Amino acid sequence: MIKELLVILIASSLVNNVVLSQFLGLCPFLGVSKKTETATGMGVAVIFVITLASAVAGAIYQFILQPFHIEYLQTIVFILVIAALVQFVEMFLKKFIPGLYQSLGVYLPLITTNCAVLGVALTNVQKNYGILTGVVNGFATAVGFTISIIILAGIREKLKYNDIPESFQGMPIVLVTAGLMAIAFCGFSGLL
Amino acid sequence: MSQIDEKDVKRENPVTERLINGIVKENPTFVLMLGMCPTLAVTTSAINGLGMGLTTMVVLALSNVFISLLRNIIPDKVRIPAFIVIIASFVTMVELLLQGFIPFLYDALGIYIPLIVVNCIILGRAEAYAYKNPVIPSLFDGIGMGLGFSVALTCIGAVRELLGAGEIFGIHVMPESFVPVSIFIMAPGAFFVLALLTAIQNKVKIAGERKGKDMSKIQSGCGNDCMNCADTGCAKRLIDETKGEGDKKND
Repeated sequence: MIKELLVILIASSLVNNVVLSQFLGLCPFLGVSKKTETATGMGVAVIFVITLASAVAGAIYQFILQPFHIEYLQTIVFILVIAALVQFVEMFLKKFIPGLYQSLGVYLPLITTNCAVLGVALTNVQKNYGILTGVVNGFATAVGFTISIIILAGIREKLKYNDIPESFQGMPIVLVTAGLMAIAFCGFSGLL
Repeated sequence: MSQIDEKDVKRENPVTERLINGIVKENPTFVLMLGMCPTLAVTTSAINGLGMGLTTMVVLALSNVFISLLRNIIPDKVRIPAFIVIIASFVTMVELLLQGFIPFLYDALGIYIPLIVVNCIILGRAEAYAYKNPVIPSLFDGIGMGLGFSVALTCIGAVRELLGAGEIFGIHVMPESFVPVSIFIMAPGAFFVLALLTAIQNKVKIAGERKGKDMSKIQSGCGNDCMNCADTGCAKRLIDETKGEGDKKND
């Protein structure tokens, strides 16, 4: 069991990196990676939301959708649950843990319809993961996202001082960087 | 800008105007740079790109019609959740249809079919067009945008397939001596193709601005276009908090 979870942890965070090999969550990956600080904040918020969302989505699937044989409603149910969950977490943090809210609060609304969150919930169902395995998979995926967004932000901070051809300034050079990172992450594919 | 567009709609035939707008003037991929996740993920071959594009088009057209029909009933405050439910229902229907009738496409596109729900283009069109316009123009807006998306995905898929496997639509076209650059059908190739695409776009934009043309419509990168994009994972919303106004301003 432990070994299986460890394999999932490595597979989802490094080998099948959510951004660099599955292209989920590209918008925040490209949009919020200008500074390492904001990238870290975004990463932590994503870890928090995805872990929580995979737990809730897994529980709903196992205890509500499956007993009533309405699995085909998963997409609708998951997207609504995730949106409501993020709203709820935001309100909860604001009221009870203001310190954490101040550091994560800005990023929470950005994650509501992030495709990575829905993607993880759906992958868990597709691969027949239980709740615990699903949570580990969600956590690992989010850690993979955080690793890659922080690396990209670090590189972008250095890129600012470089002389880049006019038409490659802005988004194109970031995408080239992401492509090179994706090649580097291909190296992990031999791990499993 | 937005007012001129609306006048154009009334003066011209709204059907052809909307179709041309979606395919050329506001092409969601080449001009607006929306919906990048599916664009990169499924364009490993031309046929996958075409399949994804047409699937998205069906969802987009149906949800546009439905949202346009309900535009006077849906309260302003809960419009986004309402849009999401409508879109998610159509996505589920299309997913089940694909599973039943085109299983090879269903297997090839996999998880990216249900993820059409969070495609920026669909929510963006619902918010920017269908919620404010009558049914027929909304239908053709959806079809036009969907066709634009399909054309773009097919082109990107064809380029990647040609370079990465020497084929187009599964038919061998390159000479025997051609060695496929297989990185183009792998994940990094997607980023490189998109990088080149945005670079070309930048070049067109810079050249156009030098000539004094209005190039404000050309956006580069989903992360830069929050006005059109109802996906909340965007950069601009992090910087300015006026997202409510931003959404209404468009089109």
